[in-house]
Amino acid sequence: MNMSRREFSRLMAMAGAAGIMPSYAHSNQSLDKMYDLPSWGDVRLLHMTDCHAQLNPIYFREPNVNLGFYGSKGKAPHLVGKALLKEFEIKDKSLTAHALTYLDFENAAQLYGKVGGFAHLKTLVDKLRNNYGPSKTLLLDGGDTWQGSGTSYWTRGKDMVEACNILGVDIMTGHWEFTYQDSEVLENVELFKGEFLAQNIRVSDDALFDDAPAYDEDTGHAFKPYTIKILNGHRIAVIGQAFPYTPIANPKRFVPDWSFGIRDGEMQELVNEIRETEKPAAVVVLSHNGMDVDLKMASVVSGIDAILGGHTHDGVPKAIEVKNEQGMTLVTNAGSNGKFLGVLDFKFASGKIAGYQYKLLPIFSNMLKADPKMQKYIDAVRKPFLEKLQEPLGIAGSLLYRRGNFNGTFDQVICDALREVKGAQVSLSPGFRWGTSVLAGDTITMENVLDQTCITYPETYAREMKGSEIKLILEDVADNLFNKDPYYQQGGDMVRVGGLDYALNPKGQAGKRVTDMALDDGTKIVANKSYKASRLGHSWK
Amino acid sequence: MKLSRRSFFKTVGKSAGYIALVASLPQIAWAKWNEKAFTAKTLDAAIKAKFGDLSIVDSGDVKLSAPAIAENGAMVQISVSSKLPDVKSISLFVKDNPAPLVTSMNLGPSALAQIKTRIRMGKTSEVTAIVEAGGKLHRASQQVKVTIGGCGG
Repeated sequence: MNMSRREFSRLMAMAGAAGIMPSYAHSNQSLDKMYDLPSWGDVRLLHMTDCHAQLNPIYFREPNVNLGFYGSKGKAPHLVGKALLKEFEIKDKSLTAHALTYLDFENAAQLYGKVGGFAHLKTLVDKLRNNYGPSKTLLLDGGDTWQGSGTSYWTRGKDMVEACNILGVDIMTGHWEFTYQDSEVLENVELFKGEFLAQNIRVSDDALFDDAPAYDEDTGHAFKPYTIKILNGHRIAVIGQAFPYTPIANPKRFVPDWSFGIRDGEMQELVNEIRETEKPAAVVVLSHNGMDVDLKMASVVSGIDAILGGHTHDGVPKAIEVKNEQGMTLVTNAGSNGKFLGVLDFKFASGKIAGYQYKLLPIFSNMLKADPKMQKYIDAVRKPFLEKLQEPLGIAGSLLYRRGNFNGTFDQVICDALREVKGAQVSLSPGFRWGTSVLAGDTITMENVLDQTCITYPETYAREMKGSEIKLILEDVADNLFNKDPYYQQGGDMVRVGGLDYALNPKGQAGKRVTDMALDDGTKIVANKSYKASRLGHSWK
Repeated sequence: MKLSRRSFFKTVGKSAGYIALVASLPQIAWAKWNEKAFTAKTLDAAIKAKFGDLSIVDSGDVKLSAPAIAENGAMVQISVSSKLPDVKSISLFVKDNPAPLVTSMNLGPSALAQIKTRIRMGKTSEVTAIVEAGGKLHRASQQVKVTIGGCGG
């Protein structure tokens, strides 16, 4: 459905007046004001993350299952639905509730329309920058920007690099960016007009010997670790933290020379050095750690004022204050797929932070005019691929979505296809947290499918696997998700399965969480027996 | 002239002096192979075979740097350093490897107690560094996870 902003507001008012949407109508009054943030403080940091190359508006359903245990239980980001609304005092059935939760998703999505889109985001970013003062603002992008759509795959991420240049991104870091060949990554970084930062990527010693390019060959930094920006007379240090487990969660072969890791010890040394030599008013980390890792890092490392995070795709409406040895660090997470923009305003007094305000703004495409320059660019970059993208493949019988710790309907379609096409008893597909949603009754296009499957290692495999091998995969991924220590968690969700049932005890010991594995027909899976299994993406050996 | 690290090593590597340097390493570098310690099957047996009954303390003075999750189990980069005086040796143990003692490096009196090496790990295990200094053993441990990966995110 394509509707102008004015039309939309008019329809909303009519629906309210007619009593068609009584429970939603009250939010109508605040619609136009939602994006009018008062100017507060001295500098403004705008933060987007994990857009997964979604240039145009999309639907995106938030998860209904996001388990957390031990210290994370009952706390953000492990809150969904009504528990999330309660924690953050958000009114049920409001616009914000729709943005942050899965509740009544289909009805609310029909009513409020699509989210995100770079042309709409551009309008909002410009508005927030211009109202506040362009020289007092920064736009930070947490990465997962160059991957996730057909066009980004076909242009090797370049469609997004230029979109970010038009948008005016000042600083970025990455994760899926590193699933292009390393030489392509460096080429794209060159084309990017902002700065690409990562303190935690080092060129291996062997590669340095063989003349591999490095930002600093003495320290081994593959990329610039931090930058200083002067905003409104205040020195703001921004450190980049790329996804620490890129060569583990994704194939190492694309970036053979680069070694990652959390490197919190090195982060502490860097923060100390910046504090001493650069005398900044604020130290901010642009992070792709994932929120649980960020929360732990904030408690372990001192001297960071704010960690603006992504990776785990958590739309968290408030900044979480984490205490550490020398004070307090704010931790935020700004969702995914272009659905949100985080706005962090700082006020300074005598060279230090005296206060902050944080707001997570949902991007409702019907409420923001498309920026003409950006829209023109998007249309042009998509044009050569349009026919392929728009190919209709079927009609969605029910809502297709991805998020959730264990399964999603779109994943089920993928797993069923993997079984059927490959003639397999069991199928496996990675627990990606990206991928747009399709409403029931809507046409499923090739673009929708590419939104779920467009990776640089999209091969599918089928082979005989022993019951013990299948169990090993489930156990391994379960430990990545449910390990007691956040530093051992990689983000992402449980591997999706087809033709297979199992029970899982998240609080069990590593290697002993999964029990009762059985085929769909109830036949128990035996460790030593072989089963024909198919899978997408990673070739688990 | 600022000589970069890699051109320094390249120059050294190509020169005959490098060969001379290796040949003139002191005798101590070729210390007797402790077969019993390197073939011991358990951590405790390996430590005992290596160090006898010297007492062990967990020490904040041993800095062990290892990845939480290995990027490649066949090649896990580990660094150990210590500011303790009089460091005689630095040893690395992987509890769940078939033979836990991986390496033991003897240091000369003027050497810096700072090593970096790569070890092979068959599966997730605790990695322990033991620094022998002042007639005592100082220990630091960390879990290193070896995983099949591929969950994406």
